[in-house]
Amino acid sequence: MKQVPSNISRRHFLKITSLAGGGVLFGFEMLANVTETVADAPLFSPNAYLSIDPQGIITLLAPNPEIGQGVKTSIPMLLAEELDVDWNKVVVTQAVFDKEKYGNQSAGGSGAIRGRYEPIRKAGAVARQMLIAAAAQTWNVPEQECSTENGFVLHKASGKKLSYGELATKSASMPVPDNIKLKDPKDFKIIGKRINNIDNKGILTGKPLFGIDTRREGMLFCMVSRPPAFGKKLKSFDDTETRKIPGVKNVVRTDTVVAVLASNTWAAKKGRDALKVEWEDASKLESTTDHLAAFKSLVQQKSDKPDRNDGNVEQALSGARKVIESIYEVPVLSHAPMEPINFFADVKDGKADLYGPTQVPGKAISDVAKALGIAEANITLGLPRQGGGFGRKLRADNVVEAALISAAAKAPIQMLWTREDDMQGDFYRPNGMYRYQAAINANNELDGWYLSAAALNAGRAAAPENFPAGALANYRCDSHGVTSNIQTGPWRAPTHNAIGFAEQSFLDEIAHELKKDPIVFRLELLEKAKTSPVGKVNYDIEKFKSVINLVSQMSNWGKNTPGRFKGFAAYYSFNTYVAEVAEISVVNGKPKVHKVWAAVNCGQVVNLSGAENQVQGAIVDGLGHAWYTELTFDKGAVQQKNFNTYKMMRMADAPPEVEVQFVATHEAPTGLGEPALPPIAAVVCNAIFAATGKRIRKLPFGNEKL
Amino acid sequence: MASYTLTINNKMLTVDVLPDTPLLWVLRDELNLVGTKFGCGIAQCGACTVLMNDNAIRSCSYPVSAVGTNKITTIEGLSENGDHPVQKAWDEMDVPQCGYCQAGQVMAAVALLKRKPHPTDEDINAAMSNICRCGTYVRIRKAIHLAAGNSGSK
Repeated sequence: MKQVPSNISRRHFLKITSLAGGGVLFGFEMLANVTETVADAPLFSPNAYLSIDPQGIITLLAPNPEIGQGVKTSIPMLLAEELDVDWNKVVVTQAVFDKEKYGNQSAGGSGAIRGRYEPIRKAGAVARQMLIAAAAQTWNVPEQECSTENGFVLHKASGKKLSYGELATKSASMPVPDNIKLKDPKDFKIIGKRINNIDNKGILTGKPLFGIDTRREGMLFCMVSRPPAFGKKLKSFDDTETRKIPGVKNVVRTDTVVAVLASNTWAAKKGRDALKVEWEDASKLESTTDHLAAFKSLVQQKSDKPDRNDGNVEQALSGARKVIESIYEVPVLSHAPMEPINFFADVKDGKADLYGPTQVPGKAISDVAKALGIAEANITLGLPRQGGGFGRKLRADNVVEAALISAAAKAPIQMLWTREDDMQGDFYRPNGMYRYQAAINANNELDGWYLSAAALNAGRAAAPENFPAGALANYRCDSHGVTSNIQTGPWRAPTHNAIGFAEQSFLDEIAHELKKDPIVFRLELLEKAKTSPVGKVNYDIEKFKSVINLVSQMSNWGKNTPGRFKGFAAYYSFNTYVAEVAEISVVNGKPKVHKVWAAVNCGQVVNLSGAENQVQGAIVDGLGHAWYTELTFDKGAVQQKNFNTYKMMRMADAPPEVEVQFVATHEAPTGLGEPALPPIAAVVCNAIFAATGKRIRKLPFGNEKL
Repeated sequence: MASYTLTINNKMLTVDVLPDTPLLWVLRDELNLVGTKFGCGIAQCGACTVLMNDNAIRSCSYPVSAVGTNKITTIEGLSENGDHPVQKAWDEMDVPQCGYCQAGQVMAAVALLKRKPHPTDEDINAAMSNICRCGTYVRIRKAIHLAAGNSGSK
């Protein structure tokens, strides 16, 4: 067994809290980055992840927001594993926001499992150890002779057995172990297994799980009139017609918006639509055509400060036998989570009660505290299940807006955006342009790689440490940003979602130019990075190879059914390696994706069903957005306002099969919500090239006649 | 405002609303049947799908005044205990990610299976036009085959 310091000492431990039913709450304070010298200070503070009542009801808390990434199931699985309980007998509860108790409760950067894997397992293991101690003392036997199984402590020699419920009260007075033993992964009974989404029953019977389902006494339904374009701001409004609509109760304004409050959503919407609002120009009204013109010029320029610069690319290009040059382009995208933006807020007497969808509850609280001028301690925030995130809710604008409206209206409100509001009010995936040059030397080898990238509001438009950096003597990456008042922000796998397409397509172009198999070509480059690395090699070569080789086997790469064609790409992001192959055909100028294979190395898989679902979903998500979806602006106004023109993947075009295999490993988990998305656009576009000879360099590819 | 008596989940319920109120908001705001979801408001995404008699309709774009005596079934009324074959298949295939669109997907699948008890992949492609932003289509397809008892569905 692996010995790890428990990071928990008596002083920090255990507030024994009596529950209503007379049970005991095990509260664990976990030292994350706190030293002993400040041990008496309220550290990360009392963390409470599990409770056991005398009837044996075991409640596990899910600390991070559930946005569809599965953490309401997978994080409690970690607890259950080390606690050694029957998963079918636990109760899982979503924690409210409490940074003192639960630490970082955000959902983003594919980070929840990565951050929670060890601390949460320890929380379970400590509890198990104390239950053993309580049983040993009861039986007057050494702890070493006791073991646990499915919620019981056993003393095999005497055949004695006590349930965790029976031991709950006594175990609370047991000393906190200095060292706790985490399970050897080979003994895992829950981690790595297929466990169904904990909320399936509620989801499939229509229970009020989501923020939009909030109903509170006296609550008013709220719709908001917001600027119709970036660059415009509120000047004045006339609500005469609005107030005539039955059900409309009030109209209030904040600094930036006008809100209509009503007894139902429909009245609120009709009232909002009946407002006569005058907007005035506050800054430039920008159009996508302007941005594209700026990108075109910028990608021809060098940056004063390259993001990475190995060797001498200029020399490699000027001395090359052949230079391959291509410009790739991706559009603006909206996050468009299925649950439209909403939030419940009840602000009164210097306090705020908040409930709704956010990926960043900590930021939401601090932003609301600032906006209302109240202390964070006077704000409570509940976390419902969320109808998707994709990065949209990494900003707390919706929380602040709802709080300000509630404060202005002096009423509990549920603010809801329409889809059109969401399309105009997002923090978009920036569009970008990527100019690549590859130098092929006299030996017919790739020995120079240049990328000049430009994107909207980009600090860094590219991912300069990406493969093949490290494998090439001459490598340079420049990036440029175009500053815009059109809001941009992280969208599932930020930067990678664009670069993955451009870079992995360009690698395919080079392979074809060199008349090499695209997989063999990558493996040769990886071998070069291993034997003669240039600069920093930011990826694990063996892990990269392992997924490439696995997907090659899975997909029977190199063998094609007549009329069908395959494409390949591999990508590393969020510490996870993914290689994918798609099999397609082209019928009447339109691609049909028959099957996708994905090989993934994400360390230890926690929930096999959830993990597979994330990979399948990321592939469908990335493919759909590459196929049809783009957003353009005309004078600051979005031109695709709803799903009739902002097209999303539907069943008919989704690959009927997505086969996923995970590399078997017990290394600590790495990210999984995002990493399967970046490669898929290139995978399918590379297959389209194989089928038609047409190279897709601009997304969405559905605009192209094949 | 006008009064409407609707048959919803086998119950007669009376509401007093504006005649142009979409059925979706009557369900959610007046009757507290919040399992039916709002997604787009223009009958594009299908999150609001309910059954009218045996057919799937998009309740966000169906005015309450047009419902009349037609029988409406929402996700809450699909089964007593969440054990309709489609609900069971969805759980068994562990379809949901965020789960927001799934009530609409389930209702669309129920309507499909009433019309075609053993749908082919092509039938599923034609009938299932609801958007799942999480991309659970692979599992939705399998769950429909499973609910239909189609061979090779697992």
